[in-house]
Amino acid sequence: MATKNYAGTTVDVNEEGYFTDPSQWNKEIASEIAKEEGIELTDKHFKVLEMLRQKNDAGEALSIRGINKSGVVDVKTFYQLFPGAPLKKATKIAGIPKPASCV
Amino acid sequence: MSDNEHPVKKVNIICAKGNIEDIYATLVLGNGAVMEGIEANLFFTFFGMEGIVKKWMKKPHTAVIGNPAMRMPVLGSRMPTLLGVIPGLESLVSSMMRKQMDDLDVPPIDEFLDLFTAGGGKLYACKLAMDMFKLKEEDLTEHVSGILTVGEFYELAGGEGSHIIFT
Repeated sequence: MATKNYAGTTVDVNEEGYFTDPSQWNKEIASEIAKEEGIELTDKHFKVLEMLRQKNDAGEALSIRGINKSGVVDVKTFYQLFPGAPLKKATKIAGIPKPASCV
Repeated sequence: MSDNEHPVKKVNIICAKGNIEDIYATLVLGNGAVMEGIEANLFFTFFGMEGIVKKWMKKPHTAVIGNPAMRMPVLGSRMPTLLGVIPGLESLVSSMMRKQMDDLDVPPIDEFLDLFTAGGGKLYACKLAMDMFKLKEEDLTEHVSGILTVGEFYELAGGEGSHIIFT
């Protein structure tokens, strides 16, 4: 298992850079991962990240449809907040495992 | 696992058949591409028009006759062809399939197209199929960006790292 240093903290990550222990995450760490992905985090981003972490804690499978129905963000905004590969980037920044969903 | 030097940058997916599984193969591939940051164009033609004509797209069907892979629920054995002629069976099997997909968070077609286009995906209708089925632009879902000839489709599909997929 690899480790990475974010905001002065060493965290455990897998070979793709996803957290293996979501409890090691905090907002400063999130901002640093986001910078690596070329994203400057705003309050809107954090609302989405918290929603993703809650869903992950609840054991819910993450899907783009689930995010649309979450009431926190619509899909269009979600794509704008995390351009490129939104669900992959957002989960990485949120410090939770990469989603295994096809939809 | 991946070839980082030659990533897939764009997919152009042709949907020419209108069974549930054909339309969904197109939608899952297309939406999956958009989710990965890959540009996606869907081109609907012939029976694939089932997926974009407003009054047809609500309840797509699957084939219970001539489909050897169709298995019976619970029993798991192949469905005898003769059963397929029972009135209403195709509708029943199709609605069961739609229900199963919904349980897995696979949305109905119109909602799926909402998600796909919100992510920047584009869909197009085939000019020839429009003429053949005597369809007008207003018959199509508002998600459709345009009606194309084959030549225009190929033009659209151009570019490095672009792939054409036939579902």
